[in-house]
Amino acid sequence: MNKAGLSYYDIVIIGGGPAGLAAAISAKESGADSILVLERDRELGGILNQCIHNGFGLHTFKEELTGPEYAARFISRFHELGIDCRLNTMVLDLKAEAPSGDEGSSNGCIKTITYSSRSEGLVQITAGAVILAMGCRERPRGALNTPGYRPAGIYTAGTAQRLVNIEGCMPGRRVVILGSGDIGLIMARRMTLEGAKVLAVAEVMPYSGGLKRNIVQCLDDYGIPLLLSHTVTEIKGKERVEAVVISEVDENRRPVPGTEKEYECDTLLLSVGLLPENELSRGAGVGISPVTSGPVVSESLETSVPGVFACGNVLHVHDLVDYVSEEAAAAGKRAAEYIKGGASAGSDTPCVPVKTGNGVRYTVPSYIHPDKAGERITLRFRVGDVYRDCAICVYLNDSRIARKKARILAPGEMQEVILSGDELRSFPDLTEIKVCIEAN
Amino acid sequence: METRNLTCINCPMGCQLTVVTDGGEVVSVTGNTCPRGEIYARKEVTHPTRIVTSTVSVSGGVIPVVSVKTASDIPKESIQAVMDAVSGVCVNAPVSIGDVLLENIAGTGAALVATKNVAAKQL
Repeated sequence: MNKAGLSYYDIVIIGGGPAGLAAAISAKESGADSILVLERDRELGGILNQCIHNGFGLHTFKEELTGPEYAARFISRFHELGIDCRLNTMVLDLKAEAPSGDEGSSNGCIKTITYSSRSEGLVQITAGAVILAMGCRERPRGALNTPGYRPAGIYTAGTAQRLVNIEGCMPGRRVVILGSGDIGLIMARRMTLEGAKVLAVAEVMPYSGGLKRNIVQCLDDYGIPLLLSHTVTEIKGKERVEAVVISEVDENRRPVPGTEKEYECDTLLLSVGLLPENELSRGAGVGISPVTSGPVVSESLETSVPGVFACGNVLHVHDLVDYVSEEAAAAGKRAAEYIKGGASAGSDTPCVPVKTGNGVRYTVPSYIHPDKAGERITLRFRVGDVYRDCAICVYLNDSRIARKKARILAPGEMQEVILSGDELRSFPDLTEIKVCIEAN
Repeated sequence: METRNLTCINCPMGCQLTVVTDGGEVVSVTGNTCPRGEIYARKEVTHPTRIVTSTVSVSGGVIPVVSVKTASDIPKESIQAVMDAVSGVCVNAPVSIGDVLLENIAGTGAALVATKNVAAKQL
């Protein structure tokens, strides 16, 4: 209890999916004792629970697991360590304020978390550090501006996945999928295996946003056509979807008149992108990147609000859960260090921005304190287009320090480069780190 | 001589592989950047296999279905037969990860195992 009579935890983690679990485990293993995870679902594991396909954990466990199995490994470790969690608990608000009377040190900033649950009602607690691990949300139909009525039978791919894999019911029998994100591809196979006819996957871009493996094993295996540079231009049906019209698009992604083709179907699944879920972060004053829609973070995965860290899909959308776990473990460790006061948010140490050069849409982190960077920093990023026979280059000021050849880079596949902390610290007058794509 | 183009699925690189076969024998694999690509290509043109994942009904559980997988990979051409066998399975809660729900599914030699813990519903 603190002065206001509210329960206090050193670290509160919002979200008990893959990021929250790995962050909690790592924070505990790094010496933090008082940790609480708040999860809105009835169980831990997050979206992994509905991702029943295999292919998870190749990097982490060197074997292929299904989503629920991958989650279970972390959940059992979580329970072994005796970490506290509240299920069926929805966080409503996060505030980070320097307590009155404090000398204004950034480390003294206390976080207040308001949550509600059926068993406890509305509750406020406080924390020394908060780790944001809320994940992301699917872009809904409303974000697409597709004309037509609002009939039943239009679902996001993830909603359909939950219906089939957790609730045990099929949302439809004749299906068209818009968008070739991984969940859409996975659902094309899943619906086919459950007896539905998947007529086509339409992708507005000239390349798929999904992993190669999923295109091969979810579409090619079942003869499902992938229509690149195509989109849905009309949804027919008033009460229930009766058909959709798919048109080719030009290089500006505008439908080409005369290319319309009607597909009779009862269901349209949308797999058109994921958006980090940052309402709580914004409410707490956390600075958000317009590119990732996730918090702007330092090498410690600390946001613009001291003591508030972010990891996983709330930070930027990942394609492999292994990287979420790895990133979240780093955030957990840094949060534990923050609580111990070892690596506190020092505004007095030099800070170097990471700039995005040719072809690079964003980087995480987007700035680095070389003094706090430790031995190595993993810089993750995405490219904005498909690049063949190219090289990923890293510059410190104007000198190139790394050049990694790549046969192909695609926006759907996250890239990483590892920077050496010593190299950053020993570089004279470092003012800028730049990552860019160059021709090979 | 027959040529097949494949996309390697071992890693996110997705190398474009070209496999030349002659009378069912692999003559050459090109386009791979690591040995895994060649192994994949040889297997994919001679005896492709897949792990099948699905769900089966659970009675008395906190959720109505439990996720399952074939414990080992099965021939690609047996996927439908495996799915037909899966659809006939119903288990009683509780179910634990690794529980064998069906031995030798559809004659593939692979067991069908649970991939999720489903607790019994408290009455």
